[in-house]
Amino acid sequence: MRRTTSRLLRGLAVLSVLSLGATACGSSDDDSSSTKAVSASDIQAALKKGGSVTVWAWEPTLKTVAADFEKKYPKVKINLVSDRSGDKHYTALSNAIAAGKGVPDVAQVEYFALSQYSLTKGLTNLTPYGADKLASKYTAGPWNAVSDGDKVYGLPMDSGPMAMFYNKKVFDKYKIAVPTTWDEYVVAAQKLHKADPKAYIANDAGDAGFTTSMLWQAGSRPYKVDGTKVTVNFEDAGAKKYTETWQKLIDEKLLSPINGWTDDWYKGLGDGTIATLTTGAWMPANFVSGVAGASGDWRAAPMPQWTAGGKASAENGGSSLALPTLGKNKELAYAFVEYANAGAGVQTRVDQGAFPATKAEQQSAAFQNKAFPYFGGQQANKIFAESAAEVASDWSYLPFQQYANSIFNDTVGKAYISGTTLAQGLKSWQDASVKYGNEQGFTVNK
Amino acid sequence: MSTPVTTASPSAPAPSGGGHKGAPRLRTPRKKHSPGRPKRSILLTVLTGLILVYTVVPLLWLVINATKTQAGLADSNGLWFAKHFALWSNIHDTFTYHDGIFVRWLLNTLLYVVLGAGGATFLSILGGYALAKFNFPGKRGIFAVVIGAVAVPGTALAVPTFLMFSKMGLTDTPWAVIIPSLVSPFGLYLMWVFATEAIPVELLEAARIDGAGEIRTFFQVSLPLLAPGVVTVLLFTTVATWNNYFLPLIMIKNPDWYPLTLGLDAWNSQAQTIGGDVIFNLVITGSLLTIVPLIAAFLLLQKYWQSGLAAGSVKE
Repeated sequence: MRRTTSRLLRGLAVLSVLSLGATACGSSDDDSSSTKAVSASDIQAALKKGGSVTVWAWEPTLKTVAADFEKKYPKVKINLVSDRSGDKHYTALSNAIAAGKGVPDVAQVEYFALSQYSLTKGLTNLTPYGADKLASKYTAGPWNAVSDGDKVYGLPMDSGPMAMFYNKKVFDKYKIAVPTTWDEYVVAAQKLHKADPKAYIANDAGDAGFTTSMLWQAGSRPYKVDGTKVTVNFEDAGAKKYTETWQKLIDEKLLSPINGWTDDWYKGLGDGTIATLTTGAWMPANFVSGVAGASGDWRAAPMPQWTAGGKASAENGGSSLALPTLGKNKELAYAFVEYANAGAGVQTRVDQGAFPATKAEQQSAAFQNKAFPYFGGQQANKIFAESAAEVASDWSYLPFQQYANSIFNDTVGKAYISGTTLAQGLKSWQDASVKYGNEQGFTVNK
Repeated sequence: MSTPVTTASPSAPAPSGGGHKGAPRLRTPRKKHSPGRPKRSILLTVLTGLILVYTVVPLLWLVINATKTQAGLADSNGLWFAKHFALWSNIHDTFTYHDGIFVRWLLNTLLYVVLGAGGATFLSILGGYALAKFNFPGKRGIFAVVIGAVAVPGTALAVPTFLMFSKMGLTDTPWAVIIPSLVSPFGLYLMWVFATEAIPVELLEAARIDGAGEIRTFFQVSLPLLAPGVVTVLLFTTVATWNNYFLPLIMIKNPDWYPLTLGLDAWNSQAQTIGGDVIFNLVITGSLLTIVPLIAAFLLLQKYWQSGLAAGSVKE
């Protein structure tokens, strides 16, 4: 039921995005106003004058950041609306943009969804506000995600360099070595499941975000975007490496078929039936709040590699704050975004457990030496920061990634439940994405 | 999470009521109730048993798990109690979490039900009565429209309705939930059929001959006769509005105007958010508290409803 609702929602989001293009193109004065530079003194004047900024964002640490910002600029009111995330957030945002009413001044937009909005002119180009000068502050992955040539469509809020979390208690119990390559990972999976038929190396029921991160690390670049000319190709060497290895895990039934983020998932992470989790560096906070019972059992480790001794990494998740074109109080909105994601707000957020996208915070001694009681006192940030530095920056998502992700389960997802192989699944994902892209007016694979 | 829970609630009391009525008939066969010899069918008993399990287990699961803490949910069997009985603290936390936003959601839901379902029932009575007892040109056309409207799921109309309300500037206000709830084609149809059967034309003619105006006839003569039907429609529209999820989801952005369904879903999805607070225990306890008023309404109104459904089924 949950799945059908969210699928319905995704369908709706897509539907409203289509009408979004038309609305955004209708207002022709956008471009003229966005090329005009906004100086720092303009922004200061706006802050002095005051006003209110509506922010749609679910990131929990923003609450403190907003309060601090209001304290610093007493005339500015930050109206933080935070009860929606994921699909529902984008549905509401797309609906509001399509309707031209109730559009927030600032919206949290994940990296994978950014180009969907920027391409239809739904987001303000922040270069005239001076955002392009902040480029050197951020690690390569997130900055590449928010910028397109000389245009900048949001400021990176957090990042998700990949790491492997593993249940040390389980690994110790069955005397399994922590895998450093994916081949070792498969061996560990076999050994673990043999030792305890209820335990699995990982849960994976087919997840678009995880798959794209894995392809990213393997060196595959399935999506190439040049304006409206798009290429989708899952047949390169990197994709082959991934499908061959992961297919073994699926064939030998070494993956737990539990969906991520469900109550079963939290339970499995807690009771040792899911032994590893390869995901973004933002995960520790979720461990602490959702799997409190397993405190001390888990550790962080670098992501397993495709070649022994390699250091490749990728990103998973992460989001930016962007300014919808139809939002108001642009100067104030930008001032808040800069404060939260490049200024004093970053430290506030890091202190509350967020994983920053800024180099300075990632490399600071306080950050790197922080001991995680949950991970038995491990200084896990060192692993995460190293991973962030190794992320290849030439990855790009589709300008209709939200749609592509919504059909993932109908294409690639089949490999997890029936005789289809992962490679076949990726092929049909590719075909469906190409077809949809061409219908939307992109030139895909032509 | 909220969907299976809420769908269980309206159906749960019905089979238990049916069970009570059925049971004595099987055990003490009385001639006047059963023409011919009543036979015990094993197949039927097994089927009924299965359906009973199917409807009662989710409810049982809900009640049992509402007594567990977040940690207890993770490390105990789903169909039995955990060591620590936490129902009271869960209820307390549900009402106080996030500055007591649950109470606000409860009041919102009540508002939507009273104005939306109440209004829908009132309009259905007026419309159904008029269609049943007055002749006017275009009645067949209206019949076609109403039957057609019953077939269109509300979900399909949600996006067009959103765009329309957005143009009127009503989105993100309670009106965006209340006004669409006022339209109940099914309620209208039910009232129409019911009024046709329940009010003898001769009675209306008698009232008119005695000099009563149409309004007086409606309120003093017809309305009391319609009471069982009114209760039935009221039950249907109340359940529909109480459980409505999709319409508020699209219309309401401000958490202060959420109904319980959306609020519980927001709590549930906190667990799917980076850095979110995982509160499955409060989601479950909140769901239990949410279905209590519905169960109460069903139990209280059941007898009116049953007599209502039987009207016109027997030749007198």
